Amino acid sequence: MLQVENLSVPGLAPVSFSLGTGECVAVRGPSGAGKTLLLRAIADLDPNSGSVRLDGVDRSAMPAPLWRRRVGYLPAEPGWWADRIGEHFSDWIAALALVERLGLSTEAGNWPVARASTGERARLALVRALMAAPHVLLLDEPTAALDAASVAAAEALLAECVKGGLSVLWVTHDAAQAGRVAKRSLLVEAGEVREARAA
Amino acid sequence: MTSYVTLSLWDLALTSLLVLIDAGLSAALRLGIHRSLLIAAVRMVVQLSIMGLVLTTLFALVSPLWTGLAALGMVLFAGREIAQRLERPFEGLWSFGIGTLCMMLASGLVTSFALLTAIRPDPWYDPRYAIPLLGMILGNCMTGIALGLDSLTGGAAARRAGIEARLMLGGTRFEALQPVMREALRRALLPIVNSMSATGVVSLPGMMTGQILGGVAPAEAVKYQILIMFLIAGGTGLGAVAAVLGGVYRLTDSRHRLRLDHLAPARR
Repeated sequence: MLQVENLSVPGLAPVSFSLGTGECVAVRGPSGAGKTLLLRAIADLDPNSGSVRLDGVDRSAMPAPLWRRRVGYLPAEPGWWADRIGEHFSDWIAALALVERLGLSTEAGNWPVARASTGERARLALVRALMAAPHVLLLDEPTAALDAASVAAAEALLAECVKGGLSVLWVTHDAAQAGRVAKRSLLVEAGEVREARAA
Repeated sequence: MTSYVTLSLWDLALTSLLVLIDAGLSAALRLGIHRSLLIAAVRMVVQLSIMGLVLTTLFALVSPLWTGLAALGMVLFAGREIAQRLERPFEGLWSFGIGTLCMMLASGLVTSFALLTAIRPDPWYDPRYAIPLLGMILGNCMTGIALGLDSLTGGAAARRAGIEARLMLGGTRFEALQPVMREALRRALLPIVNSMSATGVVSLPGMMTGQILGGVAPAEAVKYQILIMFLIAGGTGLGAVAAVLGGVYRLTDSRHRLRLDHLAPARR
């Protein structure tokens, strides 16, 4: 279970909420309201204050890289650091099952990053994040660039992961999607976060 | 005893005509640089004349204190130069601080090493050896550190998404910044690699030329030049590694976050 207490960064009022093991919570709100700030703060990517605990252990008790292996974050525009797609995976062969599952070419490992479309990159980054086997996954509009079939595939895959115990915080602008993937929602408005019933 | 031709002021005045011709060309072709050309020429004459006086005094004194102070002054000037050359400098005095400290470390170490082992003047801090040696090492070290830091800060800002992607997957700050660090060190060391491979074929180094004009046998001048090149390579490598590592520490924090907020806005 992920417990967030009085987490705050510049631009975001202190937030407290919890996310159960194997639970998916939607995060909604207008653009620029601070959704991304919230996810980045939980992943400890920006200077912030407050406490975030995973299964009772505070993140300050462990090195930041270990924390981020447990609490993964997938930004809206995922980054790439090497020339080829495959170099971004510690084990591309092991990732093939998920790659196929999301309708991607198994040859994609040999592609230069620039060859993949925005939608392909979004799915590849999702696979990359899942391969790190996090306990919690923070998703920032993971399906915004995908066509309907790919959205369905990604939702089905993530639903399975959640059933398997993965906790997910899912930022989406799509009320219907929020209803499909989550029972609870957090509303982020003008730098304030409050709990809401899923639409 | 002197085996070299001494120059009179008249000789200098005669050659200065060449700069005047440049200025004349600039005026005739409306290049608009005759003013800055003449100012630069005058600055050069004044600065070098002062340097001549300073060196004359230093050489006469052979004092460790004054030699040390002159060396410190040189390092501080070079540090300021580094800070001014960065497209994306660090906030506050950090560019100057990192640059100066690393140069002091690298050029100080390499110069002392050469003085104490290879050259061994008596006393070892004899400014006639220490100051020119430090000057040559410092000049190159400065270029290397400035190139390295410039590449590091520019690269980190440009490749933010890739760096953070690696941090998000549980990479340490050194893993995440590794491509940028590697590029920065390559850029820092490339000039010395290039100048070593071109030396003696394309260019005759200034120091060696100076020694030969001063009457030193070419074989001896060549030995000095080789020594200097090794010292420059060592000093530049050491300084650049230290500066880039220091830069990485300043660009990140203990929670392995990328701290681009530690950079000042881009110049322009």
